Order: sequence, then structure tokens, then C-alpha cells
Amino acid sequence: MSGIGRRAVLAGLAATALPRPALAQGARGRVAVIGGGFGGATAARVLHRAGLDVTLVEPAETYWACPFSNEVIAGLRPMSAQAFGYEGLRASGVTIARTSAEAVDGAARQVRLADGRTLDYDRLILSPGIALRFDALPGYDAAAAETMPHAWKAGAQTELLAQKLAALPEGGTVVLSVPGNPYRCPPGPYERASLIAYYLKAHKPRAKLIVLDAKDTFSKQKLFEQAWKALYPGLLEYVPLAAGGQVTAVDPAAMTVATDFETYKADLACIIPPQRAAPIATQAGVADRSGWCPIDPVTFESRLVPRIHVIGDAAIAGAMPKSAFAANAQGKVCAEAVTDLLAGRTPAAPKLINTCYSLVAPGYGISVAGVYHPDKGVLADVEGAGGTSPVDAPDTVRQQEATYAEDWYRTITSAVFG
Amino acid sequence: MLASPVAAAAPPGASSCSGCHGAPGGAVPSLIGHSAEDIAASLSAFRSGARPATVMNRIAKGFSESESRAIADYLAGGGQ
Repeated sequence: MSGIGRRAVLAGLAATALPRPALAQGARGRVAVIGGGFGGATAARVLHRAGLDVTLVEPAETYWACPFSNEVIAGLRPMSAQAFGYEGLRASGVTIARTSAEAVDGAARQVRLADGRTLDYDRLILSPGIALRFDALPGYDAAAAETMPHAWKAGAQTELLAQKLAALPEGGTVVLSVPGNPYRCPPGPYERASLIAYYLKAHKPRAKLIVLDAKDTFSKQKLFEQAWKALYPGLLEYVPLAAGGQVTAVDPAAMTVATDFETYKADLACIIPPQRAAPIATQAGVADRSGWCPIDPVTFESRLVPRIHVIGDAAIAGAMPKSAFAANAQGKVCAEAVTDLLAGRTPAAPKLINTCYSLVAPGYGISVAGVYHPDKGVLADVEGAGGTSPVDAPDTVRQQEATYAEDWYRTITSAVFG
Repeated sequence: MLASPVAAAAPPGASSCSGCHGAPGGAVPSLIGHSAEDIAASLSAFRSGARPATVMNRIAKGFSESESRAIADYLAGGGQ
């Protein structure tokens, strides 16, 4: 049956009980992938297609996609449109261990699973996503997130924020706090601000949205600010770092959000806290002091622990942003590199692309794109390529980018989970 | 079940294309059935600005003529 059954052995015995892998040309290898999001599910699919023995470790039966979840919050889209299962991956032949990874032993090349089994690997790909840093913002912890949702991992939090927005009293105040870099989905908070403003304009026009930002500059800034001025004047107030936008503490009981200069009383607060790589990355020893994972830009192999590769939001991917498109692209490149390495070939230097759309209103899309290559040990922008949509584009281009955004979502979710 | 020659030979950048270009019928054109010549010519026109685009003009500038040709050959050969 599954590969995991054959090699499930008691912890501690595996290192001596199993033969060393052969690394000759064409040799197969055992690859474990931790995390079934856009990065991990992609990598597992590509590795399986290449004929490798791959096990994807993922405890959830449903994956809740973050892209387009801001539309759910604004009542523009049902939550069901964000749900994806693993039937497609299973049907294609990928072995899925429906459990979580508790510990990685990089020296023994083993993953200890929560169901008691042990998974031996020749190469491990970690695509664990983010953890919210509940230690980084005074007053904000897991309990506070039930009152002041972050909704930065899609699922129950998305629905909670949508419910709270729908229940906002007319004339109420929404406060949205945005962390400093780096964090998952750089333009995501500004898309959220836009679509919350759209919701308020349509349903509660006397309400107000205050965006408190720990930064002065952000992704697609000119495009967002142009759209806000045109679509949401007097409704959306943006407070950058320089104007005192950095949130220093929150009080969920009092529903207040504090900066160094002012304390804001909110009827609804959405707090997007600082983030880091998910805990398994730290446990495996592949996260550095920043909380994120340094990698080789050709293979995505960890700079800290050999034979462990890190992709997606958890990785320090240089100029590449933490996006679903990037995780998907990295999953393919990393899987090809792992296939080469296991066959004794030297992986060629890759190029990767990122495309990221944001909606500022229904039918109004903007985008940023980039092309990246390894340069001086990191993934760097290919000079002359990439950039954002033009600031002076006509409505037809905005409409087209909104359509492309929808189409991208259909295509990528079908390719990864279909 | 060994790696197919196509899968092993993805040139730099080629595997990212399927992040947007999927099955026929979508707003973003499918690349299925296009010849290598068509794809290479399109990439060249996007790069020079001769062919208007929203996103591909920004992406094509990241690839040289020879890289574009390798990607076109790969995609036309059924790579994804």
C-alpha cells in the first residue's frame, strides 16, 4: 500500500534498520514533504510525476486558500470557494500521511509523526507556512484573535472577521493593523483595506476604516493610494509609520488599539500580527534568528541543515515575495532540484516568476510581477523585468486584471489540488 | 515511472508558466496546441512592447531571446 507503511519503524531504530540510499544516476529516493499548501502540494505532485517515492505530510483534510479570502470577508464570495481537498492528489498517486509532523531529526533524516510513525527520507521539503507571533504584540494572543481576528490564515478566522464586519454598527469604526516586513502576502493587508472599504461604502456608508501601518512604503502603493482616493475618500484613513501608524499594544477587552501617539477605539479590530516560519521549521533547525529560513537560491536547500529544503512563505527567498504563486513556482523548481540531486545530477540555476493580483473593488484589479534568479547567493530580481500595473491605466485594464485574477485562482488551485 | 525527458529538461523559468496558463477556456490563454514558433514570437513581441499586454510585457523582459526560445520549445513539447 503506502510507502509510509513499509518504512514505518519505531523511532530510534530507523537509522540502523534501513540501508543508505543509493545516489547513482537514475536512482530513486525517498522524499518527504511537510505541508500541503500551494508549495508542498505542488512539490509532492512534481516529485511523484518524476517517479520518486514521495509522502506528503498534511493533517488537514480541507485546505483553506488565502488568496481571495479578502473577498469572503467583504461578503463578495462564499467561504466554500476557498476550500480544497486532497482527493485529486491522492488519485494521482501521491501518498498522503494525514497527520502532522512533530519533529524533524536532520542528522538521522527522520520525521516523527503525530500518529506515532516515523518517516525516513533522503531529502525533506518543508513547506510549513507561517506562524503568527503571539509574543510580538502586547495584548495580542490566541484568545485576543477571537475578539480581534487576524484572518491571516484562511478558515475559521476568515469567517469570524466576515461575521464581525457584517455585524458592525452603522457609523462604526474599523481598525486594521499591518505589521512590518516580512510577512505573508505583502499587498494582502491593502487589498483587505480596499475590500472592507468597499463593503462599508455599500452597506454602512457612515462607517470609517483606519489602517495603522508599521511601514511607510508597501507593495503596489501608488496603485492602492490612487484607487483609495478615487473610490473611498473620507472613508479609508491610512496612517503610515511616519504619522504614528505602528501599533504597540492592543486591549481586546476595551477594544482599543494603541500606537505611540494615540489610542484608537474600535468597533471592529482586525490585527495582522508579526509572523515567522511555522514551529516545525524552528524545531528542525532550519529557521534562523529572524524566525525565517535561509536557503540556497538554486535548490532551496537549507543553509543550516543539509538535505532539508524550505519553500513557500517560511523561506527567505530574497526578492521573491511570500505569495501563493511564488510557493507554487518554488515547489516546482525545488522538486526538480531534489530529483536532480537524488539522481546525482547538478541542478541548473533556475529562473522563477511571481505574479500577484489584488482587488481594490469588484472589477478593479491591479498586479505586480517579477522574474528572479540566483545572484550572489540569493534570489534577486532580474533587472529590467517585472513591476506593477501602470498607474494611469484605463478602466478596461483594471477590469481585465480583475478577470485575470479570477482566472489565475481557478488555474492554480486546479493545478495544485485538482 | 521514471522521469520523463520533458520533465527533466524544463529550462529556466518554464515551470512558472503554468501558474497562470492552464486549461483552454480561461481568460488567460492556454498554451496547449501552440507551436514553439508562435510562443517564441509572442514572447519576443511582449518583450519589445510590440504586442500590448497587462502582465506578460513585464515578465517577458526577464528572459533573453535564447531563454524564450528554450521555454517555447519546452511548452510546445508538452512540458508544464
